[in-house]
Amino acid sequence: MQWMIDKERPICPQINEQIAARIALGEFLPGERLSSVRDVAVAAGVNPNTVQKAFESLEAEGLIYSVRGSGWFVADAADKAQKKLQDLAEAKTLKLFQSLKTLGYTPQQVLALVTAVAQAGNTKEEA
Amino acid sequence: MSELLRCENLTKRYGSLVALDHVNFTLESGKLIGLLGPNGSGKTTLIKLINGLLTPDEGRILIDGIEPGVGTKKIVAYLPDNHFLNNYMKVRDIVAYFCDFYEDFRPELALQMMNHLGISENVALKTLSKGNKEKVSLILTMSRNARLYVLDEPIAGVDPATRDYIISTIINNYNPEASVLISTHLISDIESVLDDALFIQSGHITLHKSVDAIRSENGKSVDELFREVFRW
Repeated sequence: MQWMIDKERPICPQINEQIAARIALGEFLPGERLSSVRDVAVAAGVNPNTVQKAFESLEAEGLIYSVRGSGWFVADAADKAQKKLQDLAEAKTLKLFQSLKTLGYTPQQVLALVTAVAQAGNTKEEA
Repeated sequence: MSELLRCENLTKRYGSLVALDHVNFTLESGKLIGLLGPNGSGKTTLIKLINGLLTPDEGRILIDGIEPGVGTKKIVAYLPDNHFLNNYMKVRDIVAYFCDFYEDFRPELALQMMNHLGISENVALKTLSKGNKEKVSLILTMSRNARLYVLDEPIAGVDPATRDYIISTIINNYNPEASVLISTHLISDIESVLDDALFIQSGHITLHKSVDAIRSENGKSVDELFREVFRW
């Protein structure tokens, strides 16, 4: 599994979000065993304590559960994960609108910009 | 997590220069801590005090409740910032030497890591490059089963790929009973594996916080914060 760790943000929520996204997308199925804390730490190049905290926060949200002695497993909660992902995406979109507003863009202009960038991205992918 | 290291009013002077000025902090077990500061800020002085190579002028250090001495050398694995091994010795002999010195040394682990990095146990140290010598020293230090690892500039002289290997070695050897104190100025390479950052400036601890707290409070990486705090 590929990890994208952004240097500016705290690491714990990033691990949390990336696992939640995979649960929401159905890449991790209910009952599936997650990699161990240490393996995730090595793969993502982060501290094991941070991964442990991320797992515990996912447990508190009901997305995964731990079985003593055998590790962490995906809970049957794809709907919860999807809701979380939706909220995250909305928050990020809101941020985008706000940051472009400071540059003088109206919501309509931002929308047009997003559409244009998405189309350019599509043609790139096709090429 | 229990308290592993405590510094109380720790002060060290070299003549009129105050290298450490009434430093107070504690470290818990099970953490990776970065000791970050510009050149001449007191990093190595602090590390030498922890290892009993210097004695404090005021205050004291307690490691697992005892002052630096024979007792603490059994539980502290120290990587100095300069080359400390005998050049004429072969890698194999040095491993045997460490076995004699430290009860907690794990020779199989050391040889396995050297093998992984392509360092033959049959070569003499003097034939190795500077970077490879540093790898050998670091592997020897990390192959102890210690409570506290104190690494003074462990990654400065090695290439980026080896740096990644060393960092994953540190993560892999992670044990909740032990802590690792790493002094470095290569912050961006190492900050994502740290629990806490300890900023030291002119003999004072100016910041002691978790890396995630630094990122969320400042909206920037520890590396960027460091550049800002220590701007000339």
